[in-house]
Amino acid sequence: MSLVYAGVLSHAPGITGRADLVKNTAKRDEFYAKLDIQRQEIEASGAEALIVIAAEHFANFFMSNMPAYCIGIGSEYEGPIEDPEWLRIPKTKVPGAADLGTRLTREVMKTVDVAYAEEWKFDHGIMVPLHFLTPKYDLPIIPVNINCQGPPLTPLHRAWAFGEALRRACDSVPEKIAVVGTGGISHWPATPDSGKINEPWDREFLDRLMRNDREALLGYDDMQTYRDAGQGGFEIRTFIAIAAAAGGQGELQFYTAELPIFAVGCTVARFSLDKAA
Amino acid sequence: MSLYYLQKFLYQLNREESAQKKYRADLEQLLEEYDLTDEESNALREGDIGLLYVLGVNGQILMHYAAFLGIEWFDYLDLMREGIAKHGPVRAGVYAMTGGGESFTEEGKKQ
Ligand SMILES: [Fe+2]
Repeated sequence: MSLVYAGVLSHAPGITGRADLVKNTAKRDEFYAKLDIQRQEIEASGAEALIVIAAEHFANFFMSNMPAYCIGIGSEYEGPIEDPEWLRIPKTKVPGAADLGTRLTREVMKTVDVAYAEEWKFDHGIMVPLHFLTPKYDLPIIPVNINCQGPPLTPLHRAWAFGEALRRACDSVPEKIAVVGTGGISHWPATPDSGKINEPWDREFLDRLMRNDREALLGYDDMQTYRDAGQGGFEIRTFIAIAAAAGGQGELQFYTAELPIFAVGCTVARFSLDKAA
Repeated sequence: MSLYYLQKFLYQLNREESAQKKYRADLEQLLEEYDLTDEESNALREGDIGLLYVLGVNGQILMHYAAFLGIEWFDYLDLMREGIAKHGPVRAGVYAMTGGGESFTEEGKKQ
């Protein structure tokens, strides 16, 4: 039928892996509750498959042959690649949507030269979202990657074009499809500065994102982002692609900078799919 | 300087159980497969997180490797800080330390 849900959420590995180290347990539980609402919303949308636009962390793609964009067209995936004790998510198989993924890829290719992959191992960037959004791993998943790790990175206006292409593709097939984008806003993960968050920068970005202000979102440049939002800030590409795919305004359901042990400003939001809204 | 192969070694180790088996059975043979300097090979033999961080291994690759080695979270952050104290700032890539090495989390502050 078309796209029936669009949202964004955080994916930092600490969200599951360091759950027990958190001192502010009330805030943590509020975050988890908001993620569960997102799960319910996706379920209520009747989605038959979930696209996860992720920014992976060297689980599949390396500088040997790095695609800017890739769509998974496998029938089954596995994850996490990380030590399951460390991530606190057991190794599991996740169903794919080979035929649907292939049809979407064909449609996206009309405007964006996307790569595709039949093999895909999920890292925390997808496993943490799935742990909350489809905890029984019974919803077919179509993984999508935007390279946010190994520069040169795709420019933001191309992430926008990719999001639009994905929307056109979703609207061209009979299935009901949900899409989430998962990234960090400002953060300095996997450095000694882990836990550093630029809250004013995050709030400004989220304001632009919720207004779905294309020009303002594409106004960031990577040098400034690196300085103000860290290398983790490059992951805004996934959020920008979702805004483009959704077309409508966003509604911020949760944001906090009060869980630095998770190494990111924790975010949950949904979007209106109505372009006129 | 073969940072590319150093990272490739860790990338493959992190994602492939077959590489993890080789690592445990015969690390020397696995190291042979990559074009590494002595400094890089030694850092891998010793699991020297601090040096690998300073050499410019992407932080995500290094974080997954530290988890593979079973290093606790706050120890892993401290090992990167110690690497910088010993070897100087990060030499390549985008995962540099921006501050003086202080902890940004209440939970990670030393008693
Ligand atoms: Fe990430």
